[in-house]
Amino acid sequence: MLSIPCPWCGDRDETEFRYGGEAEVAYPADPDAVDDPAWREYLFVRANPKGWFKERWVHTAGCRQWFTVHRHTVTYEIRDPQPIGEGAR
Amino acid sequence: MTSAWHEPAGSFELPRHDVPHWRDVDPKRAYEVVIVGAGGHGLATAYYLAKNHGITDVAVVDKGWLAGGNMARNTTIIRSNYLWDESAAIYEHALKLWEGLEEDLGYELLFSQRGVLNLAHNLTDVREAKRRVNANQLNGVDAEWLEPEEVKKLVPIMDTSADVRYPVHGATFQPRAGIAKHDYVAWGFARAAYERGVQLIQNCEVTGISVRGGRVTGVETTRGKIAAKQVALCAAGHTTVLGDMVGLRLPIQSHPLQALVSELLDQVLDTVVMSNTVHVYVSQAHKGELVLGAGIDSYNGYGQRGSLHVIEEQLSAALELYPVFARAHVLRTWAGIVDVCPDASPILGLTPVDGLYVNGGWGTGGFKVTPGAGWVYADTIANGRPHPLAEPYALDRFRTGALIDEHGAAAVAH
Ligand SMILES: Cc1cc2nc3c(=O)[nH]c(=O)nc-3n(C[C@H](O)[C@H](O)[C@H](O)COP(=O)(O)OP(=O)(O)OC[C@H]3O[C@@H](n4cnc5c(N)ncnc54)[C@H](O)[C@@H]3O)c2cc1C
Ligand SMILES: [Zn+2]
Repeated sequence: MLSIPCPWCGDRDETEFRYGGEAEVAYPADPDAVDDPAWREYLFVRANPKGWFKERWVHTAGCRQWFTVHRHTVTYEIRDPQPIGEGAR
Repeated sequence: MTSAWHEPAGSFELPRHDVPHWRDVDPKRAYEVVIVGAGGHGLATAYYLAKNHGITDVAVVDKGWLAGGNMARNTTIIRSNYLWDESAAIYEHALKLWEGLEEDLGYELLFSQRGVLNLAHNLTDVREAKRRVNANQLNGVDAEWLEPEEVKKLVPIMDTSADVRYPVHGATFQPRAGIAKHDYVAWGFARAAYERGVQLIQNCEVTGISVRGGRVTGVETTRGKIAAKQVALCAAGHTTVLGDMVGLRLPIQSHPLQALVSELLDQVLDTVVMSNTVHVYVSQAHKGELVLGAGIDSYNGYGQRGSLHVIEEQLSAALELYPVFARAHVLRTWAGIVDVCPDASPILGLTPVDGLYVNGGWGTGGFKVTPGAGWVYADTIANGRPHPLAEPYALDRFRTGALIDEHGAAAVAH
């Protein structure tokens, strides 16, 4: 089980969290201008690197805040927890 | 059922094979086809390229050892009772091949058609299951609906009373479904492909894919450059890593998926039982271990280990359904890396790079399709166009929106 550092609550067990996938995937600024290939990217394609990955978690069983971390997808090492600020995704 | 089946645990002798069945070689400088990944899919593809299409100048390269990926880590469940026409077609094609595979390969695979039950635990499950039975029958796939008493007859150790948290309201049953011994399947395909001239190259990681003028020209590996007219990816778990090498962003995420086995027990379970709602599936291996599978870890990852809480959930579900399991010891747990598509269906076919083919995204359920995927993929590679059974699985479906959503439809994914 991962131990996940919530920026507000500190290290807690993975079972207290829900996974939110890749961080910083922004909703298209002008949806009407988006063509099919770009919708495909936005809806279905997420980075899946073997290495460091910036991703989101939400502390569902705790403070219920969303935040981002960098997690290594091979060693599962986690660093740099950051609250998601105003306007950030 | 054979007599060995009911003998006490430990007395069942697995057939002996004098492995290896192939000779390790250094890679040649060029091949007609390089297949990346020596799991079941890569090996089956090589076999059918040679057998069905006479293409034998083929290398199957693997970064590790043959069948060291998901192939020998899965829970070996084989069935074809999928909901959608496209899925039923390819999985049933595979099941028909399984039915003649031991003879075709001249190799014992312990293929055992002991049937698969998919349990229903609530009204939604019941409706979905009956719908699937009807869909299966329309597609010529054997399927029946069983009431709880009939389930109890097939699986006496199951608690089918109303006193459990998720009572059993019935089940779908596919009698032709079952299990096979996965490492034997890999060895059987490997031997048959090798005998036809295919080279199997282990400890050879693909680190780059060479493209010139929109056409693939070969691969770069930890053992040097290998030129190829065609490159076929069969690298479950690492499909996106390979796609990234040519700037091909694939709609796939890699997740750890775990399974476990118990110590050897006397025969207590004659069929395969799966449950989506309480998410555990179980069969009893030929030697007597209970083989239990669970769900994927939520996060993406390439570590071949998973979270303990997933196993805890799986075991608590198993104990409620099968109280006798409380006495069994867990012998071993392990994980593989499965590559999952957003619609829980695979990608099989051409890519925007000429001569580069992709077979991936089978997620948690690609063992059962091993011969079928190999057959269809070989045909696609040999002819440079998708086999009719592969057409719906084109990468382009994520642009057109013609998804094949087996997520909810296929019951538990495996
Ligand atoms: C725990 C578990 C239980 C499962 N249960 C079932 C089940 O009951 N029924 C079912 O149908 N399916 C099941 N599956 C899914 C099934 O195992 C996979 O869908 C299937 O094995 C994928 O195809 P494959 O056999 O070719 O992949 P793999 O055996 O994973 O082969 C991929 C190969 O590619 C190699 N590779 C990766 N990257 C590179 C590179 N860069 N260069 C060279 N080689 C590379 C790997 O080393 C690996 O050997 C399960 C999977 C797991 C993990
Ligand atoms: Zn918190």
